[in-house]
Amino acid sequence: MVAFDEMTGGEGGLRAAYGELDRWLKEAPPEMLALRRSQAELFFRRIGITFAVYGDEESTERLIPFDIIPRVLTKPEWTKLEAGLRQRVTALNMFLADVYGPKECLKAGIIPPDLVYRNACYQMQMVDFQVPHGIYCHIAGIDIVRVDADTFYVLEDNARTPSGVSYMMENREVMLRLFPELFATHRVAPVDNYPDQLLATLRSVAPRTASSDPTICLLTPGQYNSAFYEHSFLADKLGVELVEGSDLLVKDDVVYMRTTQGPKRVDVIYRRIDDDFIDPLVFRSDSVLGVPGIIGAYKAGNVTLANAVGTGVSDDKAVYSYMPEIVKFFTGEEPILKNVPTYRCREREANAYVLDNLEKLVVKEVNGSGGYGMLVGPHASKQQIETFRKKLKAQPEGFIAQPTLALSTCPTFVASGVAPRHVDLRPYVLSGANGISCVPGGLTRVALKEGSLVVNSSQGGGTKDTWVLDA
Amino acid sequence: MLSRTADSLYWVSRYVERAEYLARILDATTRLTNLPSAYGGAGTEWQSAVATAGCEETFAKAYGEANERNVCDFLSFNPDNPTSIRNCFALARSNARAVRTALTSEMWDALNGAWLELQRFERKRMDREEFARFLDWVKNVSLTFDGSAYRTMLRDDGYWFSRLGVNVERADNTARILDVKYHVLLPETEQVGGSLDYFQWTTMLREVSALTAYHWVYRQAVKPVLIADLLILNRRMPRSLASCYENISRFLDQIGDAYNRHGPAQRQARKTLTNLANTPIEAVLQRGLHEFIEDFITENNRLGHVIVEQYL
Repeated sequence: MVAFDEMTGGEGGLRAAYGELDRWLKEAPPEMLALRRSQAELFFRRIGITFAVYGDEESTERLIPFDIIPRVLTKPEWTKLEAGLRQRVTALNMFLADVYGPKECLKAGIIPPDLVYRNACYQMQMVDFQVPHGIYCHIAGIDIVRVDADTFYVLEDNARTPSGVSYMMENREVMLRLFPELFATHRVAPVDNYPDQLLATLRSVAPRTASSDPTICLLTPGQYNSAFYEHSFLADKLGVELVEGSDLLVKDDVVYMRTTQGPKRVDVIYRRIDDDFIDPLVFRSDSVLGVPGIIGAYKAGNVTLANAVGTGVSDDKAVYSYMPEIVKFFTGEEPILKNVPTYRCREREANAYVLDNLEKLVVKEVNGSGGYGMLVGPHASKQQIETFRKKLKAQPEGFIAQPTLALSTCPTFVASGVAPRHVDLRPYVLSGANGISCVPGGLTRVALKEGSLVVNSSQGGGTKDTWVLDA
Repeated sequence: MLSRTADSLYWVSRYVERAEYLARILDATTRLTNLPSAYGGAGTEWQSAVATAGCEETFAKAYGEANERNVCDFLSFNPDNPTSIRNCFALARSNARAVRTALTSEMWDALNGAWLELQRFERKRMDREEFARFLDWVKNVSLTFDGSAYRTMLRDDGYWFSRLGVNVERADNTARILDVKYHVLLPETEQVGGSLDYFQWTTMLREVSALTAYHWVYRQAVKPVLIADLLILNRRMPRSLASCYENISRFLDQIGDAYNRHGPAQRQARKTLTNLANTPIEAVLQRGLHEFIEDFITENNRLGHVIVEQYL
């Protein structure tokens, strides 16, 4: 399986977008690249991105590795991607409004009802509740993979509390400092207006009870959360208070923050706490991270939660497989972005195919995440395959299967020099009352091990700056 | 601002200030015990250091004898002593991290750097020379942090709460030294006097880094009544009770002005300040130094509670 290389496009070629970068890489001595890489590391350490991963007791600090060679997308590529993202997120929001409202898509048979009703993320609390301005998923992080010059697949819709956007911004910041000469020869679309767009989005969805200058805060689980750095980074850039559950209180269905000048009313909460933990009165009663009564205030229409409660029902693996139909049903358009072809084992024919081709496919548990309960056929032993065969026969509706994808590669500076490594892309899409916005690019994650397709930072993945060329 | 943010800023400063104070106590005590026995005290210097640090009970539980090794270890590194230097830095950093955005990057650098560097000092293997270097380093961390706050913070409530922490802690520390050692300042002991007390006195001055200041202010030999004056009433001396209260009162007034509301905290601070300003040292001694200090400590604690109630 030969992967598409975004610089060469294949053997010996050179794609136009990478022309300048290729020339620069050829001229740049390896010592210079190594030096810049260590400078970049120093920069990340200094601003404190490291402390996201080390606890107070142990000082073992770990950086998410940063690769100094940018990933380049052309404007036409981005334009198409962006249109696809807008369409996808529009459909996600319409789907959520529908499953918690009139349920037209279930009546029309677009998706089997049990996938919605029996979904652990489907929140009964949200049924027939009008969320402010009708928007559920204000911040989405759509994972995209590329397989050839023209084909981008959506790998996953992250509609709950997607993270990583601080890396997108800090990566650009460090590139601007270390390689000003590259920015002189490339016209790169900026990403540093993301916080402004996010703030505008959050302001636009304030409840109608709020003043014209709504009070916004960012709710974090606290400093022991692995994404705490990002939470404080965003709060700082947004110029809003970073609050923990204990900083908020609810009185008569209104949310207040405890300030040095007494309680101050809060209108919009960008929450980075999962549904399960947000209100011990409604969800997990043992949660000490959340705010008792916040759901009551939410349902009384006195506060907006971004994202809304219950968005998880739209980014589950089984629902994912129906996204092309969902997009078509709600937007009336053909999906611009494709799904990775997915076999739903609940369908008899599909399951027969999967059972015959287990050694070629990736099989995933519908409710699994984080790589658990997964079979990677090409890398699995005979025994593992047989175990899955039994599971699939016993409970086919619990699984989906996908072909093993050849993710595209990008030139990456590794120990042996500059070499191709597999990448994915997570653009961040914002939905507010004033429409959808999306800064050009997103977070590129790269699998630093040769041949590896796993881009997760927990398994040796790194990140790259992502450039959308403006010409 | 969020109450939790103000609270953390207040405590970050208190913990850093306390770490420096502990380093000063250890430094001064080491000097005192280094003297030939003819000049030294009753051999209770280390016990007195623990008392000055205000943790006699926890110490007694953890160690038997109050000797140099035990006390230095206890006050510097012991993880079970909630206010060891190590724990002061740990708590300061943890508070700082929780309110990262309220700190300037310079302040964060100072604390984060200190925490990382602290791991390099090995608790068990420290000889006197290395320990002296450690104490110097602690004082430097405090100076760097304090300087960063002074030079980089916006002058708004965040700054004022952070400065309040420094000054409440300072007042508490100076009062504690006086509380433990008041007896060497009593007029009677002056007559008994002699070289023994002289070095006790200079140790006190060293603990609040005021030995040189003393000479500049009074231009005469070290006398207990003047030490008491310097540590309690002299507003030129940054660690005196009067100077601390001048600052506390000013920062509370600035907060009150900004919030358009003055409350019990402002009144309590003003009351203590007035009391310090209107009592000459002779009157303090007449009334009884120990009683005066005990009253002060009670009032200072009350202020701490009132600040918490009013703002945090």
